[in-house]
Amino acid sequence: MSKYLLNKFLFTVDRDPELVARYRDEPAELVAWWEDTLANRILGTHTGEDSTWLALADDERRALVEHDYVTLFEMGAHPFLTLTLFIAIYEESHDEPLGFQLEYAEKLAHVTLPHPDIST
Amino acid sequence: MAQVVAVIASTHHPFYYKASNATGEERPPFADEWVEKVTNFRATLTAADPDVLVMVGSDHFHQLWLDNMPQFLVGKAPFYDANWHNEEREFGLPRMTLAGHEELSAHILRQGIDAGFDLAFSNELRIDHSITCPIITLRPEADLPIVPIYTNIFAPPLPQPHRFVELGRTIRSLVESWESDLKVAIIGTGHLSLELGGPRQFGPTGPDPDFDRRAVEWIAKCDTQNCLEGVSLENLWEPGNATHGFMDFMLMMGAAGDDTPADYVDTLDLFHTMEAYFTWYPGGPPEGAPTRTYEQGAPA
Repeated sequence: MSKYLLNKFLFTVDRDPELVARYRDEPAELVAWWEDTLANRILGTHTGEDSTWLALADDERRALVEHDYVTLFEMGAHPFLTLTLFIAIYEESHDEPLGFQLEYAEKLAHVTLPHPDIST
Repeated sequence: MAQVVAVIASTHHPFYYKASNATGEERPPFADEWVEKVTNFRATLTAADPDVLVMVGSDHFHQLWLDNMPQFLVGKAPFYDANWHNEEREFGLPRMTLAGHEELSAHILRQGIDAGFDLAFSNELRIDHSITCPIITLRPEADLPIVPIYTNIFAPPLPQPHRFVELGRTIRSLVESWESDLKVAIIGTGHLSLELGGPRQFGPTGPDPDFDRRAVEWIAKCDTQNCLEGVSLENLWEPGNATHGFMDFMLMMGAAGDDTPADYVDTLDLFHTMEAYFTWYPGGPPEGAPTRTYEQGAPA
């Protein structure tokens, strides 16, 4: 399991409006594309200098494809990254202010302390 | 030598900009009280009349990332562009460009490294809302040069709490040893109890009002001893999963000086988090400076 790679997905998608839109509309396509093109990119380097060893596990890929932020939390993905990206994806589909954020909290209501370890 | 004319510690709430500018039905019911408190707090910096601002904050996975993560980083650049796409998208924050003060950055880096902090540096740093929020609240003209200092309160493993206090003491002493006749304010922002991306997020108050009351008392009295005895990297998760941002308040306690009561204390209990505002005047309050005691400003 690679919390780092989950975080890298959340980080690189969140900052690119085009990728956010693709992840919202076609998550399976976007996750597959991301694994092929960005998972091994060392950010800020040239394309010929990628890493060779990073890959999502099956359960990680499934959680990303299904927008399953509860499982991402349980896996120890960084909560700030997960929250920020999923607000971008779902906030507009809720009419009430903070409606999505409160639903998100409710879906995590079963979680007790200590929370999953987020260290990478 | 340079003079530290104010030490200021504050929460940084990214929704303030949008709430304070909203009108009509868009304006939240708490906006007027919030604006009044921030306007009074701003007067504490204005009265100090600084020439340069040392700004302590924490990058929220914007420029600093897990493939290259510094614990403490000092910006040294002539300019700092500010705010990021996801802060515009989520909070409506404006893009800004702030001037830097490279000479003070260089002094803090050289002398800080020699004093035992192996500080990272950046010559091209885009700063985020941890630094622009206090610009918006305290100096909306954004007309003073800054030295940004970032701490890692976000991506474990983190430095221990006592290192934050010690770095604050060191920054204060380094500014006071800078051969300059400029007046410097040291401003830092952090959090009280806070939960983001967890089950206690966005509640009617901060996730742990008891912690917030204790924390406000520690800060207002600059009670570093009890604060250091009361918090650890392990127990800061308990008041809320983003509460390690409190360590930036601890840094500012180090800058203000042990057992030095704040000259200005104020709080505002908002949904999601408690706002808290503190100002210390090392040379005594300047003429016209608003003051507010712990008893006046502490949460009810």
